[in-house]
Amino acid sequence: MTFALLIYEDAAGFAARTGPEQAAYWGAWTAYAQAVAAAGVMAGGKGLLPPSAATTVRVRDGDRQVQDGPFADTKEQLGGFFLLDVPDLDAALAWAARAPVVRGSVEVRPALPDPTAAAS
Amino acid sequence: MTEVADAHRAAEAAARDSYGRLVAFLASRSRDVAAAEDALGEAFRAALETWPADGVPRSPEAWLLTTARRQLLDAGRHDRVRAAAVPTHRLAAERRQADADGPDGDAIPDERLKLMLACAHPAIDPAARTPLMLQAVLGLDAARIASAFLVAPAAMGQRLVRAKAKIREAGVPFEVPGPDELPARLGPVLDAVYAAYGTGWDDAAGADPRRRGLAGEAVWLARILARLVPEEAEARGLLALLLHCEARQPARRTADGGYVPLAEQDPALWSRPLIAEAERELFAAAALRSVGHFQLEAAIQSAHAGRAFTGRTEWSGVVLLYGELVRRWPTLGARVGHAAALASAGDPAAGRVALDAIDASHVRDYQPYWAVRAHLLARLGDPAGAAAAYARAVGLSEDPGVRAFLARERNRLAGGAV
Repeated sequence: MTFALLIYEDAAGFAARTGPEQAAYWGAWTAYAQAVAAAGVMAGGKGLLPPSAATTVRVRDGDRQVQDGPFADTKEQLGGFFLLDVPDLDAALAWAARAPVVRGSVEVRPALPDPTAAAS
Repeated sequence: MTEVADAHRAAEAAARDSYGRLVAFLASRSRDVAAAEDALGEAFRAALETWPADGVPRSPEAWLLTTARRQLLDAGRHDRVRAAAVPTHRLAAERRQADADGPDGDAIPDERLKLMLACAHPAIDPAARTPLMLQAVLGLDAARIASAFLVAPAAMGQRLVRAKAKIREAGVPFEVPGPDELPARLGPVLDAVYAAYGTGWDDAAGADPRRRGLAGEAVWLARILARLVPEEAEARGLLALLLHCEARQPARRTADGGYVPLAEQDPALWSRPLIAEAERELFAAAALRSVGHFQLEAAIQSAHAGRAFTGRTEWSGVVLLYGELVRRWPTLGARVGHAAALASAGDPAAGRVALDAIDASHVRDYQPYWAVRAHLLARLGDPAGAAAAYARAVGLSEDPGVRAFLARERNRLAGGAV
């Protein structure tokens, strides 16, 4: 099964990327991504720039609205995601617990089947 | 107000001391753990409502038992009424009988061994045994158990419901087998208690102990077992093991949450009363002359505890004990611990040979292996291999303190210091 691990961080978490703890921050994430890959369960993923770099587009009744910033102003924001191929939810949760999120949380979601694969 | 507070305190004390005994007593008669828990839950609710006004009964436990039994009869009546009307005078008689049957607190027989044997019965899904025991004997709720075991709460709830249905429907017995059969049936019970404590253990290289946050509950269960079956050496061995591990808890963290590996812990911070209790249990177990893996693991921890009294660790003894453990019970954890002990005893090359003998597919996500491997390779003068293994161990760590400790070791290597 494919699961998405959605990494949410608060403002201090994002600040850690460039602050004095940045070596620890990036070192931990690099080690985590390498451990996921070495265990043979990595199916994709990306780190994302902070929500200040986001642009949100809405099309309502033919009207386009473009806003600077993320879609919702919540305390924790999406900072990146992993896609994992693991046998079950328990295995996905075990990987989520190892993610080095110091200030935030990890949401685990099962992925839908690939629509292009289902077309045949 | 003080009466309300008294009632709450009495209810809490009764809850902590008596919950498992009452569930065991009720369930061992009906083989229906869920119904016993529900009835007892209702009884506790009734206690909190009526005790503040009426006063705390002379024997809170007997009161709870009588009320829970009445609750069970009422629940049974609801079922029966659907099939056939029952004359009310019979029900009244049953209630009187329930009141008359309610034994004194002292007289309620301790059936918790039967309950624990049922929870860890071979017919029960192994993944459900520990959660079931934690819920039935200690009254932990599914959400807390789910968090400790890293399982989705909904899935844990279903697992518990299914296991209780299995006990009820598959004829899982509530009985203590004869002395010939008891050790074999007790094995899964001890495993389930150990699983409540954690999955890892201490070693010299900073492997993540992965406690589950239920250590107190696990020790509590182990104490019950050691009391219920004092002639079973492994039950005493398990208690000795858990007590030795708990004794070191105050030394495992710095004030700011940093991780301190066993070799760097200050023995002055280890709990002497817990070590003494552990040693008494281990001594009693050894006298029963039936060695098992919990006793061997406890003996290893006992050897480590020796540092508190002699100032040094007798590594040759630790290696011998691990050798015996690996020969007879070659679990992954034991093999990694053996390798770490060989290195600490002065032979890191032998430790590396022991690690290399482990099938790579078994250690892809096993953090202690990589932590120990990194430590050994660093000592063997392979900084590149050590750095890669440290990175792997960091990536597999759950605990921020352990992660920071391993990253520091890795940086020390890169900096060429030490």
